[in-house]
Amino acid sequence: MARKFLSGNEAFAEGIRLAGPQVISAYPITPQTIVVERLSEMVEEGSLSAEFIHVESEHSALSCAIGASAVGARAFTATSSQGLLYMAECLTYASGGRFPIVMMNANRSTALPWNIYGDQRDSISLLDSGWIQCYVENAQEALDLALMSYYIAEKKEVSTPFMVNLDGFVLTHTYEVTDVPEKEQADAFLPGYETENKLDPDHPRNLGFSVGPEHNMAFKYKEHLGILHAKEAVREAEERFAQIFGRQYTGLVEAYRTEDASFVLITLGSIAGLVRETVDRLRERGEKVGLLRIRYLRPFPNKEIAEVLGNVRAAAVLEKDISFGNEGTVFSNVNSALHKAGIPVPVSGYIGGLGGRNISSEEIEGIFEDLKSEKRKTMFLGLGGEGEWV
Amino acid sequence: MKPYLRDRIPETLAELPDATAYEAGYLVTKNAGWRSSRPVIHQETCRGCLKCYLYCPEGVIFQDGGKVKIDYDFCKGCGICRKICRFGAIEMEEEK
Repeated sequence: MARKFLSGNEAFAEGIRLAGPQVISAYPITPQTIVVERLSEMVEEGSLSAEFIHVESEHSALSCAIGASAVGARAFTATSSQGLLYMAECLTYASGGRFPIVMMNANRSTALPWNIYGDQRDSISLLDSGWIQCYVENAQEALDLALMSYYIAEKKEVSTPFMVNLDGFVLTHTYEVTDVPEKEQADAFLPGYETENKLDPDHPRNLGFSVGPEHNMAFKYKEHLGILHAKEAVREAEERFAQIFGRQYTGLVEAYRTEDASFVLITLGSIAGLVRETVDRLRERGEKVGLLRIRYLRPFPNKEIAEVLGNVRAAAVLEKDISFGNEGTVFSNVNSALHKAGIPVPVSGYIGGLGGRNISSEEIEGIFEDLKSEKRKTMFLGLGGEGEWV
Repeated sequence: MKPYLRDRIPETLAELPDATAYEAGYLVTKNAGWRSSRPVIHQETCRGCLKCYLYCPEGVIFQDGGKVKIDYDFCKGCGICRKICRFGAIEMEEEK
């Protein structure tokens, strides 16, 4: 194991080198570019044995990865923002075809107005595309997920593509000291990809056929069951990962100081770091506050969220997303989880950080202060909407 | 043509593949639902030249025991075979 000073993009590239995909196809887009630049350098210097395919667009990047996966290769691609949206057509081909491709998405706002900075509207707008979606907090988690994502996606009963999301710039371009495991350790963790879902001259198969109304829904049901199986696969992957690398992750969510908390802030991605610090500061003042970080948006942690929020007085969701005309999508999903569990906790929805707008520790403190009223609110952080419940 | 293909229409979830992949030759659905008229080959007029086989865009014309036949599970009813047959051996019949 080596300790290196790496950006989020570089850490992820190291993780992908250790996972050893046979095919990498990608098209550059800020703030994702560095991850594929590093990977192309690794291929050139020989530290990664892979076909690195330059393509002419993101649509081709994912199509190419699907083609590679369809001959049984481990495939990787990466994108961001408009690039991810341009890939949207291919996302469902990958998930419906049950190809366990891993993609890194650098979360970035979507046009217009044109903007290269971070928010999570790109990936969250594609929650229904059938991909596993994970949101990481720091460079170490990014590297570790590059390895774990393949383990989870390639489990036979899962066979679902995996999107790992890193906040653009805030995580992709900031540097942290990161443990980089040895290749032998990575190989011990991650077995080679074996599948029958491939073009193989010795066992000829039809791939990607059409299915009419009679059976189409059954295929969609199987796809749904596959991504649900990822819950168990996440648990198994993290247990195995802890045994080999000594780092223990916490499953679909991470609860921080929530055991006796009265007020909990739910969020995802790199902003969780600042919320954690704010929680510590408020705890020193005797405030009973906690953080619930959602790590996986798909499969969605309904049960885990209900368990943490069962005894709190109020909670809020802070997300870098808005479903225009309604509310934040994470907020909708959290409310659904609580409703199904019969938990009447008032939850407020805060939209923040769109287009890279800063979220300050004081604003997070303000959310915890607002929660004491135990009233539901939805608002754009720092802009308005306070008290309006449409 | 492989007649066994349509002998295995899946009826339970377990009989369906998990991915959209199955052993070659096996199709999950028939595909002829929108045909409004069907080509019928009059065997006494047919010379077996197979020009219709060459022109059929769906590849559903085949030989069986020396006779030219049409796979109606996949024929779309376009009528190209009728038009191309120089012996007038193919007629279109309206689907009821």
